[in-house]
Amino acid sequence: FVTNIRSLCTARTHVNYEVKEDVAVIRMNDPTSKVNTLSVQMQNEMIEVFNEVLANDAVQSAVLISSKPGCFIAGADINMIQACNTSEEVTKLSQEGQKMFARIEKSPKPIVAAINGPCLGGGLEFAIACQYRVATKSKKTVLGTPEVMLGLLPGAGGTQRLPKMVGIPGAFDMMLTGRNIRADKAKKMGLVHQLVDPLGPGLKSPEERTIEYLEEVAIQCAKGIVNKKISLTKEKGMMQKVQDYVMGIEFVRQQIYKTVTAKVMKMSKGLYPAPLKIIESVKAGLEQGPDSGYLAEAQNFGKLAMTSESNALIGLYHGQVACKKNRFGVPERPVKNLAILGAGLMGAGIAQVTVDKGIHTVLKDTTVEGLSRGQQQVYKGLNDKTKKKTITSFERDFTLASLTGQLDYSGFEKADMVIEAVFEDLNIKHRVIKEVEAVIPPHCIFATNTSALPIKDIAAASIRPEKVIGMHYFSPVDKMQLLEIITTDKTSKDTTASAVAVGLKQGKVIIVVGDGPGFYTTRCLAPMLAEAVRLLQEGVDPKKLDALTTGFGFPVGAATLADEVGIDVAAHVAEDLGKAFGSRFGGGNVEVLKTMVEKGFKGRKSGKGCYVYTPGLKSKDVNPDIEDVLEKYKLTPNPLVSSDSDVQYRLVSRFVNEAVMCLQEGILNGPVEGDIGAVFGLGFPPCLGGPFRFVDTFGANKLVEKMRRYEEVYGNHFTPCQLLLDHAKDSSKRFHK
Amino acid sequence: KPVISTGSEHYFPFNAEWSSKGRELERFQTKSKKTLAKPGVKNIVLVEGVRTPFLLSGTTYADLMPHDLARAALQGLLHKTSLPKDAVDYIIYGTVIQEVKTSNVAREASLGAGFSDKIPSHTVTMACISSNVAMTTGVGLITAGQCDTIVAGGVEFMSDVPIRHSRKMRKTMLALNRAKTLGQRLSLIGSIRMAHLTPELPAVAEFSTAETMGHSADRLAAAFGVTRLEQDEFALRSHTLAKQAQDAGLLSDVISFKVPGRDTVAKDNGIRPSSMEQLAKLKPAFIKPHGTVTAANSSFLTDGASAVLIMSEEKALAMGYKPKAYLRDFVFVSQDPKDQLLLGPAYGTPKVLARAGLTMDDIDVFEFHEAFAGQIMANLKALDSDWFAQTYMGRKVKVGAPAMEKFNLWGGSLSLGHPFGATGCRLVTTVAHRLLKEGGQYGLVAACAAGGQGHAMVIEAYPQ
Repeated sequence: FVTNIRSLCTARTHVNYEVKEDVAVIRMNDPTSKVNTLSVQMQNEMIEVFNEVLANDAVQSAVLISSKPGCFIAGADINMIQACNTSEEVTKLSQEGQKMFARIEKSPKPIVAAINGPCLGGGLEFAIACQYRVATKSKKTVLGTPEVMLGLLPGAGGTQRLPKMVGIPGAFDMMLTGRNIRADKAKKMGLVHQLVDPLGPGLKSPEERTIEYLEEVAIQCAKGIVNKKISLTKEKGMMQKVQDYVMGIEFVRQQIYKTVTAKVMKMSKGLYPAPLKIIESVKAGLEQGPDSGYLAEAQNFGKLAMTSESNALIGLYHGQVACKKNRFGVPERPVKNLAILGAGLMGAGIAQVTVDKGIHTVLKDTTVEGLSRGQQQVYKGLNDKTKKKTITSFERDFTLASLTGQLDYSGFEKADMVIEAVFEDLNIKHRVIKEVEAVIPPHCIFATNTSALPIKDIAAASIRPEKVIGMHYFSPVDKMQLLEIITTDKTSKDTTASAVAVGLKQGKVIIVVGDGPGFYTTRCLAPMLAEAVRLLQEGVDPKKLDALTTGFGFPVGAATLADEVGIDVAAHVAEDLGKAFGSRFGGGNVEVLKTMVEKGFKGRKSGKGCYVYTPGLKSKDVNPDIEDVLEKYKLTPNPLVSSDSDVQYRLVSRFVNEAVMCLQEGILNGPVEGDIGAVFGLGFPPCLGGPFRFVDTFGANKLVEKMRRYEEVYGNHFTPCQLLLDHAKDSSKRFHK
Repeated sequence: KPVISTGSEHYFPFNAEWSSKGRELERFQTKSKKTLAKPGVKNIVLVEGVRTPFLLSGTTYADLMPHDLARAALQGLLHKTSLPKDAVDYIIYGTVIQEVKTSNVAREASLGAGFSDKIPSHTVTMACISSNVAMTTGVGLITAGQCDTIVAGGVEFMSDVPIRHSRKMRKTMLALNRAKTLGQRLSLIGSIRMAHLTPELPAVAEFSTAETMGHSADRLAAAFGVTRLEQDEFALRSHTLAKQAQDAGLLSDVISFKVPGRDTVAKDNGIRPSSMEQLAKLKPAFIKPHGTVTAANSSFLTDGASAVLIMSEEKALAMGYKPKAYLRDFVFVSQDPKDQLLLGPAYGTPKVLARAGLTMDDIDVFEFHEAFAGQIMANLKALDSDWFAQTYMGRKVKVGAPAMEKFNLWGGSLSLGHPFGATGCRLVTTVAHRLLKEGGQYGLVAACAAGGQGHAMVIEAYPQ
């Protein structure tokens, strides 16, 4: 009661506490958000409460818990960092955080962090400053330091405390990958001390009671620490002792720094500063003592926050959040029965990401062989999860029970949505749409998975074009996050809402774009691939081409990408889009691709493309037989535009120009979706944040200047579009604010 | 399915002598219904029920086989009822962990017990309610007019369980059977690795969730806020009451059994009334370190068998038997095997009461299967919660918890032991015996089982 009065007086909204016997239960709850973040408000109130708890003689220990179901602390408030204008300001923020957590760490009254739901970034740094951690085994409970994915580092003591807690290799692994760690793994690593099982139905809702139970167990722990029943210094095992000894040798540590740095350089091509700064900060702490360590951490944090890479990655984060929402509202009826036509790589992939989301899925093919291949693909996808122990074999079987494989249209009268993933041929698609519309109910949506055919052309055969929509998935469907949804001017809003809802259920990041040849993603990729072909013709070796593209930040090199997409698909698209857009899409000779297809070099799927693929072998050699093809179509490079850097910008500028043109023509809804589509669907360098962010950062004028130079040599392939020119003329114009 | 009586129809099977017992009549007039008999539905009676002593596994029964125990129960039943060996129409047994050599243990046991080889017998399994299924299968056969006399029972033998070779080893051994040449055989033998020799124990975990039952019970107790103290108190109560019942000679269903090569056993050997202090010393057995389920407040691994004689009332009377009770409405329920694994009684009780048209207050004798003290307490709390009834059972209000002064008064599975397949018959027989002893009219049996299933049955005293 007294506590209530006090909290009313100070009007705290985010943090409160009550005293249970001699344990202060500190509860966090940000009333303005679904998740708790370490905002200024949260931090200030936390310090206030912490001071009160320390001053309260009736309190011996404390429990830190969130009263939000399913979220401990999701991280620091990104806006707080973005509001800073200089690295000094950010460094100061970091130091304030460090100071607060140092006080927590040195608290004479033990503090137990009771974790349910995400405990990430600043939240994890808070938790590891506490004396003891209890976490629920809920699937939602994950611990991690995802800062690196935002181009930052754990800036509130994380780089200093983690190596001591989980060992140097473990700490590097956590901080450099940013991956989420589930509670049971965290316990094994020594990140948490005790686990609590999530509870089922009782006298309250499972979520509510689970938090209560967590609190009860945490209170027991807090008392146990005070009355010395629980020891905070863990008895070290033999392995631990050996490891500590080894890590105590300076030479070994130096080797680790070296190895980790080399690995980071190999993976990031030096394009990402954050991982290197993380290594630097850890090293400073371990080699020069905590004072230097904490200082290095704060300063590096400040530096990183001001980098364009961090800005780009944070932009992508915000974009991704935006693309995980349905801006078309709630569909009139949810899709409960989904039918997929074609059990190929795509069709089966779509089935795999649908069947485990509580949607009954029909997979239809025309042959038993095709169907069983597809069914096996779905089974394998789920079975791999069983092997990794993310699901049990029972869950696998239960999930598969929602999948029906069939060769006919039986049951289609119950379908709420049909996604066709048949061969990319307009006549076949027309035949299919007619067959399907004869058997589906009136409300059923017909989605077509095509990478280049205009939806309106496909919809031309439909008797209800308002129900026709494009859903462009990326291969492999279970790995690629992007889904490009294409609406025609006839597609109804409810149809779009429904397609987005299904995509979100499938776990996709979604961009919704207008109809047109190649939509957005394929259209951007086509000119870049045309340029890549020209470069091959000009004698650039596939390996060199790959190195230059990955060196620019693309996760997959241009030549490898062509092999992955399929040379036949690339030829098909190049020809189609070439017809639609004319000479602007020229560059490389389509005949190069066609000849390769004729020779059977269709890319990875046929074992040969630009490279030769040997099953079981990771490394690949350049396909010696393509030399003849390239020789036949050989072009002489112009040394004025053929430096390594020029090669990179020739590829990228065509991509970027086309993306900007998509915005100009209204294919894109906005630059955010443009960036997300390019990064998540095509692997545009994440450190650049997408084509639009790239133009903002690099400068439209500089890009136009380069393009004009290439234009002189190659003509309209490099003519900048009007919107890009507008931005070049007026440097105050930006795609992102 | 039996029709729920609307209450407007009254049907009195009682004889005049019974009705004249003024005191009891008065008592029963407060009941919702005077009897559960339904017009056009055969009355089915429990004539007798017996069981072998329930022993901690690995004790006196250690060298037997499951059908030996079942045979002992059957012989006990024959002896107690003087039933002619060819007077039975069908024999059904329930069991959980099957001995592979006697997978239809009902057949092996009945042949061995000297029943006529013309009597068909089959074995059923439904985890801890296997013998409940055996009994209700018999009820079904009688109701359908197929049979008049049924022997149902259950057996569980935990002193020996089938431990298998690993799957890889089994595969190799089976291939070896088919191998034709010496070369093939040698290459198969050569393919055997040390790891293949690791044996496979019967799973202790729920197949669908990979969670052990004790772990689930601990979570269930926590979900309902059942404390360690409450659990220990209930466990102590069970053992104390069992001891009293044993000492007072109330456990008359127990037959004595001369174990070949060993002594005669006549008593359950798991009853150990201790003290709260001793119980408090135990460490949690499943969820460590903060769990509340311990070895002492859980049922223990038990060997034992049970058997009951079920007949149509007409047949029983025609054969000159004095039935002990009517077997009335029953239900089987099932729910989520993860979070509601052991809530069968909470779901089954309101359902069977509604079917019989009774209220909680009408019941004089409760016999619930005690898998874990925490599970019992959780079920009682669930029955007593309006929120739970509304949220999970689609009921408007709770039915309420059974009165403890009517509940498991002669001990339960925690103290008497719990041979999985045999417990159901023990519960039913105990209800019948308690109704006789205590003079009540209606009894209720409820039990939970692995797989998230449950059973409940209403039993009516036979007018004496």
